[in-house]
Amino acid sequence: MRERAIGGLLLITALGTLLALGLITYFIFQAGVPLIAQIGLWDFLTSSVWDPTSKPPRFGILPMIIGSLWLTIGSLALGVPLGLAVAIFMVDLAPPRLARIMRPAIQLLAGIPSVIYGFIGLAFLAPFVRTLLGGPGLSVLTGAIILGIMILPSVIAISEDAMRAVPASLRDGALALGATHWQVIIGVVVPTARSGIIAGIILGMGRALGETMAVIMMIGNALDIPRSPLQPATTLTSNIGLELAYASGQHREALFATGVILFVMIMMLNAIATAFVRRPTLSRRRA
Amino acid sequence: MPLPLHHGVCVLTSAINVIMQAYLYFFAPFWSHMCLRYVRMLVCVWALLWVVGCRSTSADQGLTLTGSTSVTPFAEHLAELYQHQHAGSAINVQGLGSSAGIRAALDGVAEIGMSSRELKPEEAAQLDQLVIAHDALTLVVHPSNPIAGLSRAQIQAIFSGTIRSWDDVGGAARPIVLVSREAGSGTFSAFEELVMKGTPIATTALRQGSNGAIRQIVGGDPNAIGYISLGIVDQSVKPLAIDDVSPSAEQVAAGRYTLVRPFLFVWRKGQPLSRLASDFIAYVMSPDGQATLIKAGLVKGDTSR
Repeated sequence: MRERAIGGLLLITALGTLLALGLITYFIFQAGVPLIAQIGLWDFLTSSVWDPTSKPPRFGILPMIIGSLWLTIGSLALGVPLGLAVAIFMVDLAPPRLARIMRPAIQLLAGIPSVIYGFIGLAFLAPFVRTLLGGPGLSVLTGAIILGIMILPSVIAISEDAMRAVPASLRDGALALGATHWQVIIGVVVPTARSGIIAGIILGMGRALGETMAVIMMIGNALDIPRSPLQPATTLTSNIGLELAYASGQHREALFATGVILFVMIMMLNAIATAFVRRPTLSRRRA
Repeated sequence: MPLPLHHGVCVLTSAINVIMQAYLYFFAPFWSHMCLRYVRMLVCVWALLWVVGCRSTSADQGLTLTGSTSVTPFAEHLAELYQHQHAGSAINVQGLGSSAGIRAALDGVAEIGMSSRELKPEEAAQLDQLVIAHDALTLVVHPSNPIAGLSRAQIQAIFSGTIRSWDDVGGAARPIVLVSREAGSGTFSAFEELVMKGTPIATTALRQGSNGAIRQIVGGDPNAIGYISLGIVDQSVKPLAIDDVSPSAEQVAAGRYTLVRPFLFVWRKGQPLSRLASDFIAYVMSPDGQATLIKAGLVKGDTSR
């Protein structure tokens, strides 16, 4: 009797999650798609003028798409090598004691609210970039450095899992053939864990693409297409976050339409990540 | 009258909380420590109390003001003073932007909306409005900037991107960093209307979500110029004279400083205000309330009505 009650409760909870996802999808598309249909998907994506309050209003999100791409690529370029290095270190090189301290520390990094990251970027990194490299300080570079740190936990955690799942027999075999410790890591462990590492990178990419609060604070939100990392830019998310409170009518619809584009991009990234994780090269858990 | 949104959200979240706590309570027997079970039970009871709490606050008559982030700090200050004098009255001030405030007043989500821009004709047809104060839009630069004032034409040229270096207006040979607000904000539309007059603001301008954010950036960047409320200006930034008139409450009152916009309270036409709302408005318009606003750097509102 009690078991059935618990089962029922769990079923309701599970269905509630699905319902929430369905409702969110429905409302975003319902609010955003009419405007895309009206001005045309191609014009919406490739026009570089965003002036929602002029008469007539202009809705082109190209500067934001390019801003998002720059920022995402920049944060991956900074975060992925560092994250991979940390993961390799923790799996194969660190004394177990140090690894035990590092793991919770990295999880803690994931728990810091993004507004704190944004504040650090705004108050400390931006003046530093401005005096050292020029430009207004609030720039793609500033955002990419902080975002690179923000994606570290997902990159590290998932690639570490994948590398730990590499069977001991493979390592032992390589060592028996005379490979050095470093050759084992680069030639055996990393290639075998490749799909997990790529999944981690893609999840990090999703985080970088979706981050809003910290980005609004650090990136300057200029509507220009950035031509150098020292220029400010706007991303898809930061523009929604910045303007939604003030938007009404068509302007609001255009922001929801931006949300639709973002939603589709993130869904595609997640699908790719899932495909990589599912690829059954090796069992994911340690034997 | 539609149920205010936040009550619905409150009841919904606490209901979800109760379900989750109950489900954890059922699982407690599987855990080894008995004390965990008691903790779960206590949390469950607490969550139930929260639902009851939600109900009782929704029964209270509170006043919600929503709107312009420029008006918010002043409205919050006034609400605080008012609540200090009238114990037990609950006034909630939310800064979401002028358009959001106007929409909230139209939809009845908030009883009073706050706006820092003039109403559009279609909005004015459905809303009653009251000018609680006038605000001077102030151009600000970093304190180290030698420029003391600009002409309107220079400001327009700077913000449209025609003038890009400080030495074109008598300053050092350094690039100008523009700091603006985002489209839809009351301050932005007031600036467009009063200064830009149809010329678009350069796309290279940084955009920030509030007066305070602009002040922080201008206060930290020797090359920056931005526009904020006179009431927000402090020693971290340097206000500029416009056409040789420095921004001050006296100059605004005398009609010499002309970058002026109204701060509005708006509410739905034909709908009688609650007692708390009309009492609060009376306080804001009283000599006491107006003196508070003037001390904060604003200029007297429409006290004649």
